[in-house]
Amino acid sequence: MAKRIDVKDLNIFYGAFKAVEDVTMTVEPRSVTAFIGPSGCGKSTLLRTFNRMHEVIPGARVVGSVHLDDADIYGSNVDPVAVRRTVGMVFQRPNPFPTMTIGDNVAAGLRLNGLRDKKILAEKVEGSLRKANLWDEVKDRLKKPGAGLSGGQQQRLCIARAIAVEPQVLLMDEPCSALDPISTLAIEDLVSELKSTYTIVIVTHNMQQAARVSDRTAFFTLSATGKPGRLIEMDDTQKMFSNPTERTTEDYISGRFG
Amino acid sequence: MTAADVTSDSNLNVMRPRESAGGFNHRSRARALRNHIARVVMWTAFAVAMVPLVWILWSVITKGGALLLNSHWWTNSQRGITNRMVGGGAIHAIEGTLIEALATAVMAVPIGVMTAIYLVEYGRGRLARVVSFTVDILTGIPSIVAALFIYAVWVTTFGFQRVGFAVCLALVLLMIPVIVRSTEEMLKLVPNELREASYALGVPKWKTIARVVVPTAFSGIITGILLGLARVMGETAPLLILGPYTKSIATDLFSGLIPTLPTMINQDRTEVLQPAVDRVWGAAMTLILLILLLNIAGRLVSRLGAPKT
Repeated sequence: MAKRIDVKDLNIFYGAFKAVEDVTMTVEPRSVTAFIGPSGCGKSTLLRTFNRMHEVIPGARVVGSVHLDDADIYGSNVDPVAVRRTVGMVFQRPNPFPTMTIGDNVAAGLRLNGLRDKKILAEKVEGSLRKANLWDEVKDRLKKPGAGLSGGQQQRLCIARAIAVEPQVLLMDEPCSALDPISTLAIEDLVSELKSTYTIVIVTHNMQQAARVSDRTAFFTLSATGKPGRLIEMDDTQKMFSNPTERTTEDYISGRFG
Repeated sequence: MTAADVTSDSNLNVMRPRESAGGFNHRSRARALRNHIARVVMWTAFAVAMVPLVWILWSVITKGGALLLNSHWWTNSQRGITNRMVGGGAIHAIEGTLIEALATAVMAVPIGVMTAIYLVEYGRGRLARVVSFTVDILTGIPSIVAALFIYAVWVTTFGFQRVGFAVCLALVLLMIPVIVRSTEEMLKLVPNELREASYALGVPKWKTIARVVVPTAFSGIITGILLGLARVMGETAPLLILGPYTKSIATDLFSGLIPTLPTMINQDRTEVLQPAVDRVWGAAMTLILLILLLNIAGRLVSRLGAPKT
């Protein structure tokens, strides 16, 4: 089910601008990997290359390779749409579809990919909402619009929507930055539960969050504004936060810069 | 606070707020005055804008309203009615106008909406700029020019008769830019996050547009189509050049005569005899009413498809 991500010599560009330079890393399956680093260091950009969302932006391209287990997702005849079905994504701000009800939002990925059977859809909706710890809160109002939920509930709805299509990897781009501490806690608990089934990569600005939820942590930084971001080091979270190898990591984690 | 209060107090430096006991500044008199002036100007502008509108509505309703209360107006045509006779109806012109508008919309809406989708979702580089520029030019085309262009193609070049369909073609030229521009604005308002959310679920781009982007912008698109339709229904130049009026019911877009409300108004507008003059006002009132009804219908439709909150 869950897949390993192998990144090799990856350089990411926006037009002529190089945003990320020479990243080589391995993201282990059934674990949570956190990306931390100052703004502009390219951690979100890197995350978006894992499901080829990066190339939605005009002029964006990559050099290097990203493998899901043994499949090169940037292979010449790989359909980005197929990659995105395997690698789900949760965004910074909750973005439920405003024209759809709560139930339809969760079913959106399945329905838009051609699943019609009402019974199966209902089962998948319930299952996904349960996995996202949202079922009890919304089971009586599945026919109500998703925009009526609170921010934290909307974000869990988006997670339910993402896992409904049964991806193997779940990418989360600062999923809690728009949420209050209680909702953040709910999402973090959810992440810990989901890691038994998925490979999870989470970008966060909140180092306590990285320390709480992740098994592995990767630290990125950039030498100056306008320079590309680089991976400084990646290790077990515990080691990264107690005894990192690199001096820059320690400075960042202890709050001396960033 | 009035302007007189400020000007009479000549010792006051109106530009500098005074300190009060609490440490906060008093609201400066100059600012209050400016606020007052701005408010008066705004309300005056509003009143000036309303005057012609109310005036038109008042004249049309008082002079044409009575005819519309007679059921014959909605069931009969003007067949056999002369300018001395009272009676007859406008059903021929109402039907003609609605058929023209419908046929125009059937042609212009798909082209307009798809052009807008191209410009917002796909258009990059040179071709998109050319398309956008062309739409700008179309927006500025006077209706008489559109009508004469179609006349040149339809009648002069191909040698066809002047028929309702030719009128529709001219109206299509006028309606497309309105729809393209309004639809474009509405599609641009759809947050990119929704497109990305859809892509991230493994939904292809065309399906994202059809099932997420367009539904989200639906009510705005409908409003734009209605604005275009309202413009087209009142348009007269193409009718004068390509759609000869008749007093009888004629609903075939390909067989010559096509009575419509604008041409009905035009037909009798120089009359001095009261029955004909009344009918001119009646037709004007009917046209306004039709457009109003269309707008209300559109509001209802767009409410059904609007984002739920």
